Amino acid sequence: MVIKTEGLTKKYAKLTALDSLDLHIKEGEIFGLLGPNGAGKTTLISMLCTILKPTSGKAWVNGFDIVKEPAKVRKSIGIVFQQPSVDDLLTGRENLAMHNLLFGVPRAIRKQRIDEVLSLVNLEKRADDLVNTYSGGMRRRLELARGIMHHPRILFLDEPTLGLDPQTREHIWEYIVELARKESMTVMLTTHYMEEAEQLCDRIAIIDYGKIVVMDSPQTLKNQIIGDVVKLKQMIPDIEPIRQLDYVKNMQEKEGLLYLSIKDASKHLQDLLTHTGPIDFVEVRSGTLNDVFLHYTGREIREAEAEGGFWERVMKK
Amino acid sequence: MSLLNELEGMYAVWLREAKIYVREKERLISSGVSPLLWIFGFGTGIGANLKYIEGYPYQVFIYPGIVVMAVLFTSLFYGIYIIWDRKLDFLKEVLVAPVSRTSVFAGKVLGGATDAMVQVIFLLIIGLLINIPLKPLIIIEAFLMLLLISVAMVSIGLVIGANLQSPEGFGLVINFVMWPMFFFSNALFTLQNIPAWLTTLIYFNPLTYGVDAVRGIILGINHFPFYIDISVMLVFSVIMMVLGVLSFRRM
Repeated sequence: MVIKTEGLTKKYAKLTALDSLDLHIKEGEIFGLLGPNGAGKTTLISMLCTILKPTSGKAWVNGFDIVKEPAKVRKSIGIVFQQPSVDDLLTGRENLAMHNLLFGVPRAIRKQRIDEVLSLVNLEKRADDLVNTYSGGMRRRLELARGIMHHPRILFLDEPTLGLDPQTREHIWEYIVELARKESMTVMLTTHYMEEAEQLCDRIAIIDYGKIVVMDSPQTLKNQIIGDVVKLKQMIPDIEPIRQLDYVKNMQEKEGLLYLSIKDASKHLQDLLTHTGPIDFVEVRSGTLNDVFLHYTGREIREAEAEGGFWERVMKK
Repeated sequence: MSLLNELEGMYAVWLREAKIYVREKERLISSGVSPLLWIFGFGTGIGANLKYIEGYPYQVFIYPGIVVMAVLFTSLFYGIYIIWDRKLDFLKEVLVAPVSRTSVFAGKVLGGATDAMVQVIFLLIIGLLINIPLKPLIIIEAFLMLLLISVAMVSIGLVIGANLQSPEGFGLVINFVMWPMFFFSNALFTLQNIPAWLTTLIYFNPLTYGVDAVRGIILGINHFPFYIDISVMLVFSVIMMVLGVLSFRRM
Protein backbone atom coordinates (compact mmCIF):
# COMPACT_ATOMS: atom_id res chain seq x y z
CA MET A 1 0.00 0.00 0.00
CA VAL A 2 1.44 3.33 -1.02
CA ILE A 3 -1.14 5.28 0.95
CA LYS A 4 -2.90 3.88 3.98
CA THR A 5 -5.10 5.63 6.50
CA GLU A 6 -6.68 4.24 9.65
CA GLY A 7 -9.47 6.17 11.29
CA LEU A 8 -8.02 9.43 10.00
CA THR A 9 -10.01 12.29 11.50
CA LYS A 10 -9.81 16.06 11.42
CA LYS A 11 -12.06 18.13 13.64
CA TYR A 12 -12.39 21.87 13.84
CA ALA A 13 -14.25 23.68 16.60
CA LYS A 14 -17.72 22.64 15.46
CA LEU A 15 -17.09 20.87 12.22
CA THR A 16 -15.79 17.40 11.56
CA ALA A 17 -14.01 17.87 8.26
CA LEU A 18 -12.90 14.27 7.99
CA ASP A 19 -14.55 11.49 9.92
CA SER A 20 -12.57 8.34 10.69
CA LEU A 21 -11.39 7.63 7.17
CA ASP A 22 -9.93 4.26 6.14
CA LEU A 23 -8.23 4.24 2.78
CA HIS A 24 -5.85 1.90 0.97
CA ILE A 25 -4.26 2.93 -2.27
CA LYS A 26 -2.08 0.62 -4.32
CA GLU A 27 1.11 1.50 -6.10
CA GLY A 28 0.59 2.87 -9.61
CA GLU A 29 -3.08 3.55 -9.07
CA ILE A 30 -4.78 6.72 -10.25
CA PHE A 31 -7.21 7.43 -7.48
CA GLY A 32 -9.90 10.11 -7.63
CA LEU A 33 -11.61 11.86 -4.77
CA LEU A 34 -15.01 13.27 -5.63
CA GLY A 35 -17.25 15.25 -3.42
CA PRO A 36 -19.17 18.48 -3.01
CA ASN A 37 -17.47 21.53 -1.54
CA GLY A 38 -16.52 21.13 2.07
CA ALA A 39 -16.74 17.35 1.81
CA GLY A 40 -13.23 17.00 3.15
CA LYS A 41 -11.20 16.35 -0.01
CA THR A 42 -8.67 19.12 0.45
CA THR A 43 -8.48 18.37 4.17
CA LEU A 44 -7.53 14.79 3.38
CA ILE A 45 -4.89 15.79 0.84
CA SER A 46 -3.49 18.44 3.18
CA MET A 47 -3.07 15.88 5.93
CA LEU A 48 -1.43 13.34 3.63
CA CYS A 49 0.95 16.10 2.49
CA THR A 50 1.75 16.87 6.16
CA ILE A 51 0.48 20.45 5.90
CA LEU A 52 -2.30 19.69 8.40
CA LYS A 53 -2.07 17.55 11.49
CA PRO A 54 -4.85 14.99 12.05
CA THR A 55 -6.97 15.25 15.19
CA SER A 56 -6.87 11.48 15.54
CA GLY A 57 -6.14 8.41 13.48
CA LYS A 58 -3.07 7.42 11.54
CA ALA A 59 -1.80 7.57 8.00
CA TRP A 60 1.22 6.35 6.10
CA VAL A 61 2.45 7.72 2.81
CA ASN A 62 5.09 5.66 1.02
CA GLY A 63 5.43 3.76 4.28
CA PHE A 64 6.20 6.86 6.36
CA ASP A 65 4.05 8.05 9.22
CA ILE A 66 2.63 11.49 8.34
CA VAL A 67 2.94 12.79 11.89
CA LYS A 68 6.24 11.24 12.94
CA GLU A 69 8.18 11.41 9.69
CA PRO A 70 6.87 14.46 7.81
CA ALA A 71 10.21 15.23 6.13
CA LYS A 72 10.39 11.73 4.62
CA VAL A 73 6.78 11.97 3.49
CA ARG A 74 7.49 15.31 1.86
CA LYS A 75 10.44 13.88 -0.04
CA SER A 76 8.25 11.09 -1.40
CA ILE A 77 5.46 13.25 -2.75
CA GLY A 78 4.75 15.87 -5.38
CA ILE A 79 1.86 18.29 -5.08
CA VAL A 80 -0.06 20.36 -7.58
CA PHE A 81 -2.22 22.79 -5.68
CA GLN A 82 -5.71 23.96 -6.42
CA GLN A 83 -4.49 27.56 -6.53
CA PRO A 84 -1.56 28.39 -8.79
CA SER A 85 1.59 28.47 -6.73
CA VAL A 86 4.28 29.02 -9.31
CA ASP A 87 6.12 32.26 -8.82
CA ASP A 88 4.98 34.97 -11.22
CA LEU A 89 8.14 37.01 -11.16
CA LEU A 90 10.44 34.12 -11.91
CA THR A 91 10.82 32.36 -15.25
CA GLY A 92 9.57 28.82 -15.72
CA ARG A 93 13.11 27.51 -15.55
CA GLU A 94 13.87 29.50 -12.38
CA ASN A 95 10.76 28.09 -10.71
CA LEU A 96 11.98 24.61 -11.49
CA ALA A 97 15.53 25.38 -10.35
CA MET A 98 14.17 26.62 -7.04
CA HIS A 99 12.19 23.42 -6.64
CA ASN A 100 15.35 21.37 -7.28
CA LEU A 101 17.09 23.17 -4.44
CA LEU A 102 14.15 22.89 -2.07
CA PHE A 103 13.63 19.18 -2.70
CA GLY A 104 17.28 18.23 -2.59
CA VAL A 105 17.66 16.97 -6.15
CA PRO A 106 21.38 16.10 -6.55
CA ARG A 107 23.38 18.82 -8.24
CA ALA A 108 24.67 16.59 -11.05
CA ILE A 109 21.21 15.80 -12.45
CA ARG A 110 19.43 19.13 -11.86
CA LYS A 111 19.80 20.55 -15.34
CA GLN A 112 18.86 17.26 -16.96
CA ARG A 113 15.73 16.95 -14.80
CA ILE A 114 14.63 20.47 -15.71
CA ASP A 115 15.02 19.79 -19.43
CA GLU A 116 13.25 16.46 -19.06
CA VAL A 117 10.11 17.84 -17.44
CA LEU A 118 10.02 20.92 -19.63
CA SER A 119 9.89 18.78 -22.74
CA LEU A 120 7.32 16.49 -21.16
CA VAL A 121 4.87 19.38 -20.74
CA ASN A 122 5.98 21.14 -23.94
CA LEU A 123 7.24 24.30 -22.32
CA GLU A 124 10.82 24.31 -23.65
CA LYS A 125 10.27 27.34 -25.82
CA ARG A 126 8.78 29.47 -23.08
CA ALA A 127 11.02 28.23 -20.26
CA ASP A 128 12.97 31.46 -20.01
CA ASP A 129 9.97 33.81 -20.02
CA LEU A 130 8.55 35.18 -16.80
CA VAL A 131 5.61 33.14 -15.58
CA ASN A 132 3.37 36.23 -15.52
CA THR A 133 3.36 36.04 -19.33
CA TYR A 134 1.99 32.46 -19.25
CA SER A 135 -1.61 31.46 -19.88
CA GLY A 136 -3.58 29.56 -17.25
CA GLY A 137 -2.96 26.26 -19.00
CA MET A 138 0.78 26.88 -19.26
CA ARG A 139 0.96 27.63 -15.54
CA ARG A 140 -0.77 24.37 -14.77
CA ARG A 141 1.63 22.50 -17.00
CA LEU A 142 4.56 24.18 -15.27
CA GLU A 143 3.12 23.19 -11.89
CA LEU A 144 2.74 19.63 -13.07
CA ALA A 145 6.31 19.63 -14.34
CA ARG A 146 7.48 20.99 -11.02
CA GLY A 147 5.42 18.51 -9.05
CA ILE A 148 7.09 15.51 -10.66
CA MET A 149 10.62 16.83 -11.12
CA HIS A 150 12.03 15.25 -7.98
CA HIS A 151 10.52 11.91 -9.07
CA PRO A 152 7.99 11.53 -6.28
CA ARG A 153 6.44 8.13 -5.62
CA ILE A 154 3.06 9.77 -5.16
CA LEU A 155 1.60 12.78 -6.93
CA PHE A 156 -1.23 14.73 -5.32
CA LEU A 157 -3.35 16.82 -7.64
CA ASP A 158 -5.91 19.12 -6.07
CA GLU A 159 -8.35 20.13 -8.82
CA PRO A 160 -5.66 19.95 -11.51
CA THR A 161 -7.80 21.39 -14.30
CA LEU A 162 -10.05 23.82 -12.45
CA GLY A 163 -10.94 26.79 -14.61
CA LEU A 164 -9.18 25.54 -17.74
CA ASP A 165 -10.69 25.37 -21.20
CA PRO A 166 -11.68 21.91 -22.52
CA GLN A 167 -8.70 21.44 -24.85
CA THR A 168 -6.19 22.34 -22.20
CA ARG A 169 -7.96 20.04 -19.81
CA GLU A 170 -7.66 17.12 -22.24
CA HIS A 171 -3.96 17.88 -22.65
CA ILE A 172 -3.37 17.90 -18.91
CA TRP A 173 -5.16 14.56 -18.64
CA GLU A 174 -2.84 13.10 -21.26
CA TYR A 175 0.18 14.35 -19.33
CA ILE A 176 -1.08 12.89 -16.08
CA VAL A 177 -1.74 9.45 -17.56
CA GLU A 178 1.59 9.48 -19.38
CA LEU A 179 3.44 10.48 -16.23
CA ALA A 180 1.75 7.88 -14.11
CA ARG A 181 2.71 5.20 -16.60
CA LYS A 182 6.22 6.37 -17.37
CA GLU A 183 7.28 6.91 -13.77
CA SER A 184 4.93 4.24 -12.36
CA MET A 185 3.73 6.90 -10.02
CA THR A 186 0.68 6.70 -7.83
CA VAL A 187 -1.68 9.62 -8.40
CA MET A 188 -4.31 10.91 -6.04
CA LEU A 189 -6.50 13.68 -7.41
CA THR A 190 -9.55 15.62 -6.39
CA THR A 191 -11.91 16.95 -8.98
CA HIS A 192 -15.27 18.49 -9.62
CA TYR A 193 -15.33 17.22 -13.19
CA MET A 194 -17.02 13.89 -13.72
CA GLU A 195 -15.42 13.31 -17.12
CA GLU A 196 -12.08 13.85 -15.50
CA ALA A 197 -12.72 11.17 -12.92
CA GLU A 198 -14.16 8.83 -15.56
CA GLN A 199 -11.30 9.22 -18.01
CA LEU A 200 -8.39 9.21 -15.60
CA CYS A 201 -9.15 7.22 -12.53
CA ASP A 202 -8.73 3.52 -11.89
CA ARG A 203 -10.78 3.95 -8.77
CA ILE A 204 -12.80 6.76 -7.27
CA ALA A 205 -14.13 7.50 -3.84
CA ILE A 206 -17.12 9.74 -3.38
CA ILE A 207 -16.83 11.54 -0.11
CA ASP A 208 -19.43 13.65 1.61
CA TYR A 209 -19.57 15.14 5.10
CA GLY A 210 -16.08 13.82 5.78
CA LYS A 211 -16.95 10.19 5.03
CA ILE A 212 -16.44 7.86 2.12
CA VAL A 213 -19.88 7.20 0.71
CA VAL A 214 -18.77 4.72 -1.93
CA MET A 215 -15.50 3.60 -3.47
CA ASP A 216 -14.96 1.57 -6.65
CA SER A 217 -13.97 1.80 -10.28
CA PRO A 218 -16.00 4.34 -12.31
CA GLN A 219 -17.41 1.54 -14.49
CA THR A 220 -18.62 -0.54 -11.56
CA LEU A 221 -20.19 2.47 -9.97
CA LYS A 222 -22.04 3.33 -13.15
CA ASN A 223 -23.27 -0.23 -13.54
CA GLN A 224 -24.63 -0.15 -10.03
CA ILE A 225 -26.78 2.84 -10.81
CA ILE A 226 -28.42 0.81 -13.46
CA GLY A 227 -28.88 2.05 -16.97
CA ASP A 228 -30.79 5.21 -17.75
CA VAL A 229 -31.95 8.31 -16.02
CA VAL A 230 -35.39 9.79 -16.47
CA LYS A 231 -35.82 13.37 -15.42
CA LEU A 232 -39.38 14.63 -15.21
CA LYS A 233 -41.62 17.23 -13.69
CA GLN A 234 -45.09 16.32 -12.49
CA MET A 235 -47.85 18.89 -12.73
CA ILE A 236 -49.28 17.58 -9.49
CA PRO A 237 -46.36 16.35 -7.38
CA ASP A 238 -47.18 12.87 -6.13
CA ILE A 239 -44.38 10.36 -5.85
CA GLU A 240 -46.25 7.56 -4.11
CA PRO A 241 -47.42 5.69 -7.25
CA ILE A 242 -43.92 5.90 -8.75
CA ARG A 243 -42.31 4.57 -5.62
CA GLN A 244 -44.21 1.33 -6.06
CA LEU A 245 -42.90 0.58 -9.57
CA ASP A 246 -40.38 -2.24 -9.40
CA TYR A 247 -38.30 -1.07 -12.40
CA VAL A 248 -37.55 2.28 -10.74
CA LYS A 249 -34.28 1.54 -9.01
CA ASN A 250 -33.80 4.87 -7.39
CA MET A 251 -35.55 8.17 -7.06
CA GLN A 252 -34.30 11.62 -6.13
CA GLU A 253 -36.25 14.81 -5.84
CA LYS A 254 -34.52 18.09 -6.40
CA GLU A 255 -35.95 21.56 -7.02
CA GLY A 256 -39.32 20.10 -8.01
CA LEU A 257 -37.72 17.70 -10.47
CA LEU A 258 -37.72 13.93 -10.17
CA TYR A 259 -34.67 11.90 -11.15
CA LEU A 260 -35.43 8.23 -11.68
CA SER A 261 -32.91 5.47 -12.35
CA ILE A 262 -34.48 2.91 -14.64
CA LYS A 263 -32.90 -0.18 -16.13
CA ASP A 264 -34.33 0.09 -19.61
CA ALA A 265 -36.10 3.40 -19.90
CA SER A 266 -37.36 3.02 -23.48
CA LYS A 267 -39.27 -0.11 -22.51
CA HIS A 268 -40.86 1.29 -19.37
CA LEU A 269 -41.46 4.90 -20.31
CA GLN A 270 -45.01 4.37 -21.51
CA ASP A 271 -45.98 2.61 -18.32
CA LEU A 272 -44.12 5.10 -16.16
CA LEU A 273 -46.05 8.02 -17.58
CA THR A 274 -49.37 6.42 -16.75
CA HIS A 275 -48.30 6.46 -13.10
CA THR A 276 -46.94 9.98 -12.94
CA GLY A 277 -50.12 11.75 -13.92
CA PRO A 278 -49.88 14.81 -16.22
CA ILE A 279 -46.30 16.05 -16.62
CA ASP A 280 -44.62 19.33 -17.59
CA PHE A 281 -41.73 17.64 -19.31
CA VAL A 282 -39.71 14.46 -19.43
CA GLU A 283 -36.13 13.75 -20.46
CA VAL A 284 -34.46 10.36 -20.93
CA ARG A 285 -30.72 9.80 -21.12
CA SER A 286 -28.20 7.13 -20.28
CA GLY A 287 -26.65 7.29 -16.84
CA THR A 288 -23.35 9.03 -16.17
CA LEU A 289 -20.97 9.26 -13.26
CA ASN A 290 -22.75 12.46 -12.37
CA ASP A 291 -25.88 10.44 -11.68
CA VAL A 292 -23.84 8.13 -9.49
CA PHE A 293 -22.68 11.16 -7.62
CA LEU A 294 -26.18 12.56 -7.37
CA HIS A 295 -27.42 9.20 -6.19
CA TYR A 296 -24.94 9.03 -3.35
CA THR A 297 -24.77 12.64 -2.24
CA GLY A 298 -28.18 13.94 -3.24
CA ARG A 299 -26.34 16.82 -4.82
CA GLU A 300 -25.07 17.50 -8.26
CA ILE A 301 -21.59 18.81 -8.81
CA ARG A 302 -21.65 21.93 -10.86
CA GLU A 303 -18.77 23.89 -12.10
CA ALA A 304 -20.14 27.02 -10.50
CA GLU A 305 -19.83 25.32 -7.15
CA ALA A 306 -16.10 25.02 -7.53
CA GLU A 307 -14.20 27.02 -5.01
CA GLY A 308 -13.18 30.44 -6.26
CA GLY A 309 -10.11 30.73 -8.43
CA PHE A 310 -7.09 32.91 -8.16
CA TRP A 311 -8.77 36.22 -8.92
CA GLU A 312 -11.81 35.66 -6.78
CA ARG A 313 -9.51 35.04 -3.86
CA VAL A 314 -7.47 38.14 -4.49
CA MET A 315 -10.55 40.29 -4.88
CA LYS A 316 -12.34 38.83 -1.87
CA LYS A 317 -9.60 39.37 0.68
CA MET B 1 17.53 15.99 6.70
CA SER B 2 21.12 16.88 5.92
CA LEU B 3 22.74 20.23 6.54
CA LEU B 4 23.44 20.65 2.84
CA ASN B 5 19.73 20.25 2.13
CA GLU B 6 18.89 22.93 4.66
CA LEU B 7 21.53 25.32 3.31
CA GLU B 8 20.33 24.79 -0.24
CA GLY B 9 16.75 25.39 0.83
CA MET B 10 17.78 28.62 2.54
CA TYR B 11 19.74 29.64 -0.53
CA ALA B 12 16.72 28.92 -2.75
CA VAL B 13 14.50 31.18 -0.64
CA TRP B 14 17.11 33.95 -0.59
CA LEU B 15 17.80 33.67 -4.32
CA ARG B 16 14.10 34.09 -5.10
CA GLU B 17 13.92 37.22 -2.93
CA ALA B 18 17.04 38.71 -4.47
CA LYS B 19 15.83 38.08 -8.02
CA ILE B 20 12.46 39.63 -7.34
CA TYR B 21 14.03 42.65 -5.66
CA VAL B 22 16.15 43.34 -8.71
CA ARG B 23 13.18 42.83 -11.04
CA GLU B 24 10.81 45.15 -9.21
CA LYS B 25 12.34 48.47 -10.15
CA GLU B 26 9.82 50.41 -8.05
CA ARG B 27 11.19 48.82 -4.92
CA LEU B 28 14.75 49.81 -5.81
CA ILE B 29 13.86 53.38 -6.69
CA SER B 30 11.50 54.08 -3.81
CA SER B 31 13.94 52.78 -1.26
CA GLY B 32 16.52 55.30 -2.44
CA VAL B 33 14.30 58.36 -2.53
CA SER B 34 13.04 58.77 1.03
CA PRO B 35 16.43 58.80 2.81
CA LEU B 36 17.62 61.39 0.29
CA LEU B 37 14.68 63.59 1.25
CA TRP B 38 15.64 63.27 4.90
CA ILE B 39 19.31 64.05 4.35
CA PHE B 40 18.84 66.92 1.92
CA GLY B 41 15.40 68.23 2.83
CA PHE B 42 15.17 67.77 6.58
CA GLY B 43 18.92 67.84 7.28
CA THR B 44 19.61 70.98 5.27
CA GLY B 45 16.53 72.82 6.56
CA ILE B 46 16.98 72.14 10.27
CA GLY B 47 20.74 72.35 9.83
CA ALA B 48 20.48 75.93 8.56
CA ASN B 49 19.04 76.96 11.94
CA LEU B 50 20.94 74.60 14.19
CA LYS B 51 24.45 74.95 12.88
CA TYR B 52 26.48 72.38 14.84
CA ILE B 53 25.82 69.39 17.06
CA GLU B 54 28.83 67.84 18.79
CA GLY B 55 31.08 69.70 16.37
CA TYR B 56 29.36 68.43 13.22
CA PRO B 57 26.96 70.23 10.87
CA TYR B 58 23.43 68.90 11.51
CA GLN B 59 23.27 67.28 8.10
CA VAL B 60 26.39 65.29 8.95
CA PHE B 61 25.20 64.61 12.50
CA ILE B 62 21.95 63.00 11.40
CA TYR B 63 23.54 61.05 8.54
CA PRO B 64 24.10 57.85 10.60
CA GLY B 65 20.56 58.18 12.02
CA ILE B 66 19.12 58.50 8.52
CA VAL B 67 21.01 55.45 7.29
CA VAL B 68 19.66 53.47 10.26
CA MET B 69 16.20 54.84 9.52
CA ALA B 70 16.40 53.61 5.93
CA VAL B 71 17.41 50.18 7.22
CA LEU B 72 14.59 50.26 9.79
CA PHE B 73 11.86 51.17 7.29
CA THR B 74 12.93 48.84 4.51
CA SER B 75 13.52 45.92 6.87
CA LEU B 76 10.25 46.25 8.78
CA PHE B 77 8.16 46.73 5.64
CA TYR B 78 9.72 43.67 4.10
CA GLY B 79 7.42 41.63 6.36
CA ILE B 80 4.47 42.59 4.16
CA TYR B 81 5.75 40.40 1.31
CA ILE B 82 5.22 37.29 3.40
CA ILE B 83 1.52 38.18 3.54
CA TRP B 84 1.34 38.64 -0.23
CA ASP B 85 3.29 35.46 -0.80
CA ARG B 86 0.79 33.60 1.27
CA LYS B 87 -2.22 35.28 -0.29
CA LEU B 88 -1.05 34.48 -3.80
CA ASP B 89 -0.01 30.99 -2.69
CA PHE B 90 3.61 31.33 -3.77
CA LEU B 91 4.65 30.41 -0.27
CA LYS B 92 2.94 27.00 -0.33
CA GLU B 93 5.62 25.51 -2.51
CA VAL B 94 8.19 26.47 0.10
CA LEU B 95 6.08 25.40 3.08
CA VAL B 96 5.55 21.86 1.76
CA ALA B 97 9.19 21.38 0.82
CA PRO B 98 11.30 19.00 2.92
CA VAL B 99 13.19 21.94 4.39
CA SER B 100 12.88 23.09 8.01
CA ARG B 101 11.04 26.30 8.81
CA THR B 102 14.22 27.60 10.41
CA SER B 103 15.91 27.50 7.02
CA VAL B 104 12.92 29.08 5.30
CA PHE B 105 12.91 31.86 7.87
CA ALA B 106 16.67 32.35 7.57
CA GLY B 107 16.36 32.61 3.80
CA LYS B 108 13.64 35.23 4.13
CA VAL B 109 15.68 37.21 6.68
CA LEU B 110 18.66 37.21 4.35
CA GLY B 111 16.39 38.28 1.50
CA GLY B 112 15.08 41.24 3.50
CA ALA B 113 18.55 42.14 4.70
CA THR B 114 19.72 42.12 1.10
CA ASP B 115 17.08 44.72 0.21
CA ALA B 116 18.19 46.90 3.11
CA MET B 117 21.90 46.50 2.43
CA VAL B 118 21.57 47.46 -1.24
CA GLN B 119 20.06 50.66 0.07
CA VAL B 120 22.89 51.06 2.56
CA ILE B 121 25.46 50.82 -0.20
CA PHE B 122 23.61 53.52 -2.09
CA LEU B 123 23.51 55.76 1.01
CA LEU B 124 27.19 55.18 1.76
CA ILE B 125 28.02 56.42 -1.73
CA ILE B 126 25.87 59.52 -1.10
CA GLY B 127 27.73 59.90 2.22
CA LEU B 128 31.06 60.03 0.41
CA LEU B 129 29.67 62.71 -1.90
CA ILE B 130 28.54 64.94 0.98
CA ASN B 131 31.85 64.65 2.81
CA ILE B 132 30.92 62.27 5.60
CA PRO B 133 34.27 61.02 6.93
CA LEU B 134 34.02 57.46 5.59
CA LYS B 135 37.27 55.51 5.47
CA PRO B 136 37.37 51.93 4.15
CA LEU B 137 37.52 50.40 7.64
CA ILE B 138 34.66 52.63 8.82
CA ILE B 139 32.59 51.55 5.84
CA ILE B 140 33.15 47.86 6.63
CA GLU B 141 32.35 48.31 10.33
CA ALA B 142 29.26 50.40 9.63
CA PHE B 143 28.09 47.89 7.03
CA LEU B 144 28.33 44.99 9.46
CA MET B 145 26.59 46.90 12.24
CA LEU B 146 23.80 47.92 9.85
CA LEU B 147 23.47 44.31 8.73
CA LEU B 148 22.90 43.28 12.34
CA ILE B 149 20.27 45.99 12.77
CA SER B 150 18.63 44.91 9.54
CA VAL B 151 18.47 41.24 10.60
CA ALA B 152 16.74 42.27 13.84
CA MET B 153 14.24 44.55 12.06
CA VAL B 154 13.48 42.10 9.21
CA SER B 155 12.76 39.51 11.89
CA ILE B 156 10.25 41.85 13.57
CA GLY B 157 8.59 42.50 10.21
CA LEU B 158 8.38 38.78 9.45
CA VAL B 159 7.01 37.97 12.91
CA ILE B 160 4.24 40.51 12.35
CA GLY B 161 3.67 39.40 8.75
CA ALA B 162 3.52 35.72 9.64
CA ASN B 163 0.85 36.40 12.27
CA LEU B 164 -1.41 38.66 10.19
CA GLN B 165 -3.73 37.87 7.30
CA SER B 166 -4.09 41.16 5.46
CA PRO B 167 -1.62 43.68 4.03
CA GLU B 168 -3.84 46.49 5.35
CA GLY B 169 -3.55 45.15 8.87
CA PHE B 170 0.18 44.91 8.45
CA GLY B 171 0.33 48.57 7.42
CA LEU B 172 -1.50 49.60 10.58
CA VAL B 173 0.50 47.46 12.96
CA ILE B 174 3.85 48.30 11.45
CA ASN B 175 3.21 52.04 11.86
CA PHE B 176 2.84 51.49 15.58
CA VAL B 177 6.21 49.79 15.62
CA MET B 178 8.14 51.86 13.12
CA TRP B 179 7.41 55.45 14.14
CA PRO B 180 7.89 55.03 17.91
CA MET B 181 11.12 53.17 17.24
CA PHE B 182 12.31 55.96 15.01
CA PHE B 183 11.18 59.00 17.02
CA PHE B 184 11.93 57.56 20.46
CA SER B 185 15.51 56.95 19.47
CA ASN B 186 18.51 59.20 19.15
CA ALA B 187 18.41 59.17 15.34
CA LEU B 188 17.65 62.88 14.96
CA PHE B 189 19.01 64.37 18.22
CA THR B 190 21.48 63.78 21.03
CA LEU B 191 20.43 62.52 24.43
CA GLN B 192 21.30 65.77 26.17
CA ASN B 193 18.72 68.18 27.64
CA ILE B 194 15.74 65.96 26.91
CA PRO B 195 12.99 65.29 29.48
CA ALA B 196 13.31 62.26 31.73
CA TRP B 197 10.23 60.45 30.36
CA LEU B 198 11.63 60.63 26.85
CA THR B 199 15.03 59.48 28.04
CA THR B 200 13.42 56.43 29.63
CA LEU B 201 11.58 55.56 26.42
CA ILE B 202 14.74 56.00 24.41
CA TYR B 203 16.72 53.77 26.74
CA PHE B 204 14.14 51.01 26.31
CA ASN B 205 14.23 51.27 22.54
CA PRO B 206 16.68 48.75 21.05
CA LEU B 207 17.12 50.89 17.96
CA THR B 208 18.79 53.57 20.11
CA TYR B 209 21.74 51.26 20.61
CA GLY B 210 21.92 50.57 16.90
CA VAL B 211 21.97 54.27 16.06
CA ASP B 212 24.52 54.90 18.80
CA ALA B 213 26.79 52.18 17.44
CA VAL B 214 26.60 53.40 13.85
CA ARG B 215 27.12 57.03 14.87
CA GLY B 216 30.05 55.95 17.01
CA ILE B 217 31.58 54.09 14.09
CA ILE B 218 31.09 56.87 11.54
CA LEU B 219 31.41 60.08 13.57
CA GLY B 220 33.07 58.90 16.78
CA ILE B 221 30.16 60.16 18.94
CA ASN B 222 29.04 57.55 21.47
CA HIS B 223 26.54 57.80 24.27
CA PHE B 224 26.95 54.21 25.44
CA PRO B 225 30.07 52.08 25.32
CA PHE B 226 30.25 50.15 22.07
CA TYR B 227 30.10 46.74 23.76
CA ILE B 228 26.73 47.67 25.28
CA ASP B 229 25.39 48.77 21.90
CA ILE B 230 26.40 45.58 20.18
CA SER B 231 25.26 43.33 23.06
CA VAL B 232 21.80 44.88 23.11
CA MET B 233 21.45 44.53 19.33
CA LEU B 234 22.70 40.94 19.36
CA VAL B 235 20.39 39.85 22.17
CA PHE B 236 17.47 41.65 20.56
CA SER B 237 18.18 40.02 17.17
CA VAL B 238 18.34 36.56 18.69
CA ILE B 239 15.01 37.06 20.49
CA MET B 240 13.34 38.29 17.31
CA MET B 241 14.76 35.41 15.26
CA VAL B 242 13.48 32.86 17.76
CA LEU B 243 10.04 34.47 17.63
CA GLY B 244 10.29 34.44 13.84
CA VAL B 245 11.08 30.74 13.63
CA LEU B 246 8.22 29.98 16.01
CA SER B 247 5.83 32.07 13.91
CA PHE B 248 6.97 30.35 10.72
CA ARG B 249 6.40 26.94 12.26
CA ARG B 250 2.77 27.83 12.85
CA MET B 251 2.17 28.91 9.25
